[in-house]
Amino acid sequence: MVEFALPKNSKITGGKTWPKPAGATELREFKVYRWNPDDGKNPSVDTYYVDTNDCGPMVLDGLIWIKNNIDPSLTFRRSCREGVCGSCAMNIDGQNTLACTRSMHDVKDGAVKINPLPHQPVVKDLVPDLTNFYAQYASIEPWLKTTSPTPQKEWRQTHEDREKLDGLYECILCACCSTSCPSYWWNSDRYLGPAALLQANRWVSDSRDEATGERLDNLEDPFRLYRCHTIMNCAKACPKGLNPAEAIAELKLKMVERQI
Amino acid sequence: MSAADTPKRSMRTPLGRVRNLGAAHSGTSDFWRQRITGVAMTLLMIPALVIIMMLLGRNQVYAAQTLSSIPVAVILLLFIFASAWHMKIGMQVVIEDYVHNEKLKLVSVMLNNFFSIGVALASTYAILKLSSGV
Repeated sequence: MVEFALPKNSKITGGKTWPKPAGATELREFKVYRWNPDDGKNPSVDTYYVDTNDCGPMVLDGLIWIKNNIDPSLTFRRSCREGVCGSCAMNIDGQNTLACTRSMHDVKDGAVKINPLPHQPVVKDLVPDLTNFYAQYASIEPWLKTTSPTPQKEWRQTHEDREKLDGLYECILCACCSTSCPSYWWNSDRYLGPAALLQANRWVSDSRDEATGERLDNLEDPFRLYRCHTIMNCAKACPKGLNPAEAIAELKLKMVERQI
Repeated sequence: MSAADTPKRSMRTPLGRVRNLGAAHSGTSDFWRQRITGVAMTLLMIPALVIIMMLLGRNQVYAAQTLSSIPVAVILLLFIFASAWHMKIGMQVVIEDYVHNEKLKLVSVMLNNFFSIGVALASTYAILKLSSGV
C-alpha cells in the first residue's frame, strides 16, 4: 500500500541551534532541514539566525549567507540566482518554489522553514535526487521529430502556431510542480508527472513536429498520463506561473479528439 | 511498508525504468466514459430523485404502478447503469492510486468489477420485476 508515514530512518529529530551572529541588529530565524548520508543519523532541523542587514532579500541570499558565515557544510543547489535555471527549487514555508525568487519577507509567521522538495530521495540536506524526474523528461523525447527533408533554412511556423507554445516553453524543469503533486508522490515510478507532461504537450502542440500521433501513443496509458486527477497543486506551485494541469487537460482532450 | 512493497534494487538505467513495459495504449476510453457517465448522472439525478421521493412511504402496489410507466423505468435504469459504470471506473482509479502490491491490486480490481456488475444487475432486476408487475 501507499506509505502515509515517513520511514523510520527519515523521521526528523531535533536539530542544532546555531549561535546568533554577534553585533547583528536585525535577525531572521531560518529552520533548515539537514541530513548527511555519511553519519548514519536521522534528519534534523537546524536553526540559524541570519543578519538581514548583511545579506540580500531572497531566501537563497539567506542560505548563502548561512553557508558563508555560519555553517559551510550546509548543502544546496544554486546557480543563476534569478529564476532561470531552476536549481534552487526547495520547499519554503510549505510551498515548493525557487529560493532565489522567494523573498524572505514574504514568509510570514516567524521562522523561514526550508525543506528539500517533497517525496524525493535526498542526496544531502536540501539536495534531492532528481534522476527519475530527468529520465521521465527524456522519455517524452523533447526534441523536434520530423521525416520530411530538412529545409535549407529553418522549419517555418506561423505566428499563431508559435503562440500555441506560450505557457509551455517557459518551463525550467525545476521540479516544483511534480514534487507538489500527490499523484506523483504515490506513483512517480509510473506517472510521468506535471513537468514531463507539460513538456510533452509543448512538443505535441508544436506545428513543426511530425510525430504528434507517435507522441500521443507513447503517453496513452492509465498511469503515464491518466494519474493526473486535476488536483492543481502543480499550477499553484509553479514559480514561473505556468499551468501544467491545463497542459495535461489539453493532452487528454487530444486523446479523446483522435478517438471520436 | 511490507517487504512485498519494498522496491527491489535494480541495475536498469533510469530511462529503462521509466519506459518499463511501454505505454498500455489505453485509458482514454475509461477517461471518456467517466465523463459521459458523470454528465448522464447529473442530468438524471433530478428526475431519479423526484421518482424516489414519489415512492417514499408508499406500498409495493403503488411502486409497481409507478414503475410500470416506461419513462419512469427507463430513467431509473439509465441512472443505475450510469452510476454503476461511474462507480466502477472511479473505484478502479482509487485502487490503482493507492494499492501498489500487484497481486492485491489485481484481486481488488476484479472484486470491484464483480461488485459493480452485481449492484447494477440486482438493481436492474428489481426495477424490471416491479415495472412488469411480476
